[in-house]
Formats: sequence, structure tokens, C-alpha cells
Amino acid sequence: MANEDYNPACLPDLLPLYYRRLFPFPQYYRWLSYGGVSKNYFQNREFCFTLKDDIYVRYQSFSTQNELEKEMQKMVPYKIDIGAVYSHRPSQHNTVKSGTFQALEKELVFDIDMTDYDDVRRCCSAADICSKCWTLMTIAIHILDRALREDFGFHHLLWVYSGRRGVHCWVCDDAARKLSVAARSAVAEYLSLVKGGEDTVRKVVLSDPIHPFIKYSLSVVERYFPQYAIVEQDILGSKESVDKVLAPLPEDIKKDLTTFFQKVKNPMERWEELCTLVEHKKSSSKKGGQYFDKEIMLQYCYPRLDVNVSKGVNHLLKSPFSVHPKTGRISVPIDLKELDTFDPFEVPTISLICEELEKPRTDEVEDEDMKDKENEQDAGERRRIRDYKRTSLAKYVKVFDNFLEAMTRSRKGEMLKKSDLQKDF
Amino acid sequence: MQFSGKRKKLIGSSQNDLYGHCLQFYGQPPLDNISLAEFETLAVERLKLLKTVENLGVSYVKNSVQYSKKLEAEFTSLNFPLRTELGDQKVQGGTSEYEKRRKDHISHFILRLAYCQTEDLRRWFIQQEMDLFRYRFNDLSSKYKTDFLHKNNLKYETVSAEEKNILKDKLINSSYGLSGITVEEYDFYKVPFQDALDLVRTRKVYLLAGNAYIPHSEIVTIVLNDFRTRLSKALAMTARSLPAVQSDERLQPLLSHLSHAYVGQDYSIQKNIGKISLEQIDSLSGKSFPLCMRHVHKALRENHHLRHGGRMQYGLFLKGIGLTLEQALQFWRSEFVKGKVDADKFDKAYAYSVRHMFGKEGKRTDYTPYSCMKVILSNPPSQGDYHGCPFRHSDPELLKQKLQSYKISPSGINQVLELVKGMHYQLACQKYFELTHSVEDAGFSLNHPNQYFTESQKLLGGGRDIKKEVEMSQKGQENPSSMSRPSQESSKQAHEEMGDLDSFFQDE
Repeated sequence: MANEDYNPACLPDLLPLYYRRLFPFPQYYRWLSYGGVSKNYFQNREFCFTLKDDIYVRYQSFSTQNELEKEMQKMVPYKIDIGAVYSHRPSQHNTVKSGTFQALEKELVFDIDMTDYDDVRRCCSAADICSKCWTLMTIAIHILDRALREDFGFHHLLWVYSGRRGVHCWVCDDAARKLSVAARSAVAEYLSLVKGGEDTVRKVVLSDPIHPFIKYSLSVVERYFPQYAIVEQDILGSKESVDKVLAPLPEDIKKDLTTFFQKVKNPMERWEELCTLVEHKKSSSKKGGQYFDKEIMLQYCYPRLDVNVSKGVNHLLKSPFSVHPKTGRISVPIDLKELDTFDPFEVPTISLICEELEKPRTDEVEDEDMKDKENEQDAGERRRIRDYKRTSLAKYVKVFDNFLEAMTRSRKGEMLKKSDLQKDF
Repeated sequence: MQFSGKRKKLIGSSQNDLYGHCLQFYGQPPLDNISLAEFETLAVERLKLLKTVENLGVSYVKNSVQYSKKLEAEFTSLNFPLRTELGDQKVQGGTSEYEKRRKDHISHFILRLAYCQTEDLRRWFIQQEMDLFRYRFNDLSSKYKTDFLHKNNLKYETVSAEEKNILKDKLINSSYGLSGITVEEYDFYKVPFQDALDLVRTRKVYLLAGNAYIPHSEIVTIVLNDFRTRLSKALAMTARSLPAVQSDERLQPLLSHLSHAYVGQDYSIQKNIGKISLEQIDSLSGKSFPLCMRHVHKALRENHHLRHGGRMQYGLFLKGIGLTLEQALQFWRSEFVKGKVDADKFDKAYAYSVRHMFGKEGKRTDYTPYSCMKVILSNPPSQGDYHGCPFRHSDPELLKQKLQSYKISPSGINQVLELVKGMHYQLACQKYFELTHSVEDAGFSLNHPNQYFTESQKLLGGGRDIKKEVEMSQKGQENPSSMSRPSQESSKQAHEEMGDLDSFFQDE
């Protein structure tokens, strides 16, 4: 993903400015403190900094927002990862008796990476993405977001663009953060349909009855499949990719289709014929329950999760608002209301927002400068808020703000409920 | 038997109450006095039972007809209780039902002592005990199931008729073998999804807003979850009071031997360290590597890269066959730099994990090579992965092609595929061994990739006699270290017993 305005060599010059004036520390601290309900929640959280030349500094932890700020401004990490909340302060993990230092809680996280779709993408491979294959991420978010909310009953989901080729999901509900390893892996497996590695041809197998979750997911995939897979990816366009699509089908259908494809070149007609044949076979066979067409759709479009990332409580995941060192893009929260128009190439790079900051400011703010004097303490913070508001980062911080606001509201609701209950006694 | 200080509180609850049902949650420890000899026999027999549970779980679909049949046979032969009522003791001269239940009870508690010490042991014990419990619970008639719930005071929230009606279609589509009528007729239970993970994982229940809707036929899952929670807590408690038990020098060696028995050999200690040169690996991979390792090796040579799962599985295997840390570093580096990774990147991103495998970084655990069970059951390969068990994780068609390319005869391939179809992956691999080594009968039971390698090397390096010698010398080395006080009468007896136990596990 080349972009004209960012040059990786400039990163060391831009990062100090970013951490000094743009990184949304107050919101970030507010997020990871979770209302301060359980003690030391922020203090016992692991951060991992990646410095120049891929030097990893694990088990960083901070007691206050101020300390985090100071440290980040001092160390200027190229990348920031967030780990678990531990039983002790991670920075002191060497001083506690071995075995007692344990990861206790973490958000339930999901990592969807475009490289995992390499066998079903024709536009790009590996770390490259384009607006065509980005549809896969859109589909993934639609499917997983619904399931996590409706099936699992979670409310506080933060979807984040990773800055390069994928998306992350942070499920932040209390219940999600407390899940055991077994529960995390069960959730991840419930959500996984595409199974098997390089040696598996048919990676999705459906059987009767089709679970409601799969039905919902199919309805999403069906909405995108014709335009995305048949037209844009043109999976029935060339010999090679046709072979791949047909590989999981039973021999008789494969034979009929090969003959048909010799006459008909239009991909959409080809796909319709495939569906007709599968349907026909299903109605004629007594067994029923053969869903080859649906399996193909899922194999090509269904979200592919890195289960290992979701499973481990102590697994690290790149933090929101961290910069991707290769692309320079900021890891920003995605507004689900505008998911279908989200364009990863529009996400601001660090160069862009730093440049925006340097532009001469209009005089809109003199008024506020006066107020600052009344409250010296907040002055610094306010200046920073004004700073990011002048850049294209603003709209993404707003998304983050809304997410935090919703969490605070529901926490207050919970507390009211609890105190009401107590009054009853 | 005095396991803990709780003993006094429990006086008064009569034994008959304790054994009122053939299945129990093991809530109360046994209070009898038993001889050391009986202590040992009971423990060994339960261990045999659990070991059978484990093996059957790998070879058969759990709770399939064959699985149940074999397990039932084991119950009968070891005299553990199954489904009979306390009253109807028809067996003349055999072990009475009361005795069986007592045995079930006491032996469970002995193994708790042996298996509470480490995370690994606890996990293994809980897993086998759960499988055992599931089998026994499923085997009960519905009257006894209800009876069991009643006796143990297990109450779960049922779904109202109204709600069932609204969700009817979804409930039908979420579970096998349900129809509209059965949904109306049977109870559904609503529990937090965390309490029914096995059903959630396999999508066998309907989920709504964090609750799993469990049909009555699957109630075993919730009961089992309860069982797991209790057992896991109990093991943690037991671990805390263990020092008191371990100070008893009659029990200590026994318990530690019991707990070491479950894994068999772990192939971590190698006499042949450094006996393999890097140049040999290519030719060895064709001759003596099991298919899984041959396959990752080939993928590594072709792609000059392996993802994490592959590096772990293959790296530990190589360590097991005798590669030194220096060799391993050289091996991985030289291959990776042929690909996209330069030497600098390798040293930063990958060398750490190689040293980690050898216990030189992080927690400094000296990791052991993966067993077949681990390769088959955990961390299945996904996109871009080449690890896993080819018999388990490859499409049969591709497996067939691969075997053809390795010049296996068509009839041999069919035999292998037949075993794969029956999900006997380890037997399939063993068949592959026999075919590639041109022997009728491999003469061992395969459960570890490194075992495959060792056996292959023995076979290629000369006749069977060498193998026996090696085994003898291994045994000679093992026993004295675990049993260091043969002077005492009781432990001498234990020694003999455990000689049997050793051979039992080696036979497996």
C-alpha cells in the first residue's frame, strides 16, 4: 500500500510531535481505567513498546495518565501493543515470586488479517490491500458485530483499523474481560466457519439443520457475494480460478459445469448455473442438506479469524491510535454507522496530521485562551484537544469518545440498579 | 484414610447415603481406613480406567457405539460401577455394587492427590474425569438422571412455554434431532453461555443475548460444567493441603509415581544429542520422519518460511531427535534467509523463539516435543499453515496424492485411507510406517512423532534385538531414580507393583 505523503524515514521526526500534541491520552486513559471500578486496573495493565529496529520492550506499566504520557514521549515507541491486566504491576514482574505473576483479565479481542484470505483474493496478496478486497473486512465486521451483540449479548465493541491490512475488535464489556481462556476459544470457534490449511480443499462444510448464526451470516455474505466475488474478483473468469472454485464440488456437478462453461463465458450466468445444479442435486437426492453453493460463498467471503489471538488472555494486540510504521496510518476506530463507506486509504497518516497541525490557525480560539487562565491545570489538556481537533484525526477521536460515553452510561445504569437493589432490603 | 482436616465434621453422614446413586459429584472425601496395598490397587485401577478413556477418545468419536462398548468392557473388567442400582445385586460371588461404588469413590480421591500438583496434571485429570463422567451420565436412564439432579440439588432455569413458542424455529435449527413437537414437550434450560462452552463451541445450541438455550437431551453439558468447576476448585484446595500428605513417606513416592505415569515417555531427554548433522536432515526426512514432519520439512524447504504453529511442532521434534540449540539456530536461519527474512530480521524476530524452545528465554521451560495427541487435537492448521497431522488435517484426496507421490502401493493407500475414514489417525500413521519400512507389523503402538523416528532408526540401523536392549537399559535407568528406598517393606512391594505399571504404560 504505497502512499505518496508518507515516508517511513520521517517517522522518528514525526512521532515526538504526535505523542506530544495529538495522541488522545485523556480518552485512552479513560478507556483503560474502566471507570476506576476495580483497583489498579490501569496500573496492572501491560503495554509493550516497539522501538526503532524492532526492539520490543515488554511488561511496561504506568501508574497514572501523566506517567504514561511522559514515558511515551520519552521512549517514542514506533508501535504500541496492549496486553493483559495482571495480578501485579507488569513493570515489577521480576520482583514477584514466579508463578504468582498472572494475567487475569483482558478485553476479548479479534484479529482479522487480509493475508489469511490469500487463497481467495485475486486482486492482491500478502500485506497488500485494495478497495476491492476491503469488502472482505466490511463483511467480516457486519457478521461478527451482529453475532457478538445479539448472540453473546456484548454491548461495548470497539472496531479498529489496524493501519495496514486488517481490523481488530476489542470487546470491552465486564463479562468479556473476565472470560476464561476456554470461554474465549469457544467463542472464537463458534464464530469460525472456514477450517483447514493448505491441504484442505473444501474449507466450509454445512449440514442440516443450518444454525441460526450461520443463516444470519449467509444473509450478509449473499448481499455482497455477486458484486464482490463474481464481478470484482471475477472468480469465474479464468481457467485457474474456476478450477479452484469447482474443486470442492462433487464430480458429477463439476463435469456438467465444465461443459457449460465452455459455451457460456459470462461469469454471472456461470454462477447461476452452478447454483441451479446444486439445487437440482439437492432436490433429487434423498439425503438432502447439500449446500455446495453456500459453502463456496462462505469459503470466499466468511471472516477468517486468528483464533490464537482471541484465545490467550496474555496475547498482545496493537493499540488503537498506534501508528503503523510501514504505512504511517493511524490505527483508528471505525464508525459502524459508516462502515460501508469506510475507506482504509482515507485514514490519515501521521505525516498528514502533523502537517495539518503546522498550518496557521485561524483566530477562533482566543476566547478559550482567556478561560485557560482561569484554570491553569486543564490548560495543557485543552490545548491538546484543540490540537487534534484541527486535524483529520478529530472525527476518529469522536468515534472513540462516543464509544467511551456509551460505556460510562451503562456503567452508571448498572450502579443505579445495584443501589436500588440494596434499598429493597 | 485421613486426607484433610474436614474429617471430623462429616461424622454422622452414613456411608449408605454417600453411595445412594451409582454416580456422584465426589463432594465428600472417604473416611475409611484402608491398607496401603488397597490404596495402591485402587489408584492403579482407576488410572488404567482413565488411560483407557483417553485412548478411546483419540481412536473413536466420543460416545459413539464403539467407544461406549469398549469403555463398558473396561468398566466390567476393572469392576467400576455403571448404571446398576444398589439394591439389585444379581452378581453372585462377584464384586458387590457397594464395593464398586466405594472403589469409585476412594480411587477418585487418591488420584486427586496425585494429580493436583501442576497445571498440566490437573488439566489431564479433569479432562479424563469429565469424559468418564459424561459417559456414565449419558448411560443413565432418564429416571436416574433426574434422580441424580435431585440428589445433588442441581436446579437450572427453564424456558417458559411462551418464549419457547417465539423461538421455536431457531431452537429446532440449533440442535440435532428436534422437531416442533419435541420443543413443546421437552424442557429447555437457559444458562449463561460460559456454562455450556462445549455446546457453544460446536454450535449445538441456540444463543441469544449471552444465554444458551439447552434442550433437555443435552443437560449433561450443564451438569458436566458444574462437575468441572467443582473438581477444579477441589484440586486447587487439595494442592494446598498436599504438603501434609507428602510428609508421609509411605505415600509420597507412590503418589509421585502415579502422577508421572500418565504421559508415557515425553522424548525430552535425549542421549543422542548432537548425533545428527544438518546435512542428514533431508535424507532422514524421507526415511525416518513421520508424515507430519516430512510434510512441514518439505514446506519449509519450499517456502523458506513456516508460521508459528509449524515452527513449534517441527522445531521441538528436531530438538527431540537430537539437534543442539546451535544447530537449530543455524538450521532455521539458513532456511529463512533464503526467503523474505534477512539474517538481521531473523536474529531479532525468530532466534528468540528458537532459544525459547530450548528453555533459554522467558520462563525457561524446557519444552517437550509434541505428542500425536497434541498434534491431532490442539491448534489445527489454518490458512498458510503446514503443521498438524496429515491424516487428520488433510483432505483425503490430497493425502492420497501425497502417498502416491511417496510411492506407496495402491492397496497400502487404501488401507491407510480406510483407517483415516474411521478416524484412527495414529493407526493410519502406523500403517504408513509399516508400508514405508516394509514390515508386517510395526511392533509398537504409535503415540509420538519422535517415537516414530526412534523406531524407524532402530529398524533401519539393524534388527529388532537392538531395540530390546535399548528398552531394557532405559528401564534400568528409570526405576532406581524414582524408587530410591527399596529397603522398606511397603515400598518394595510398591516397586514391584509399579514395575507392572511401567510395563502397562509402555505397552500402550
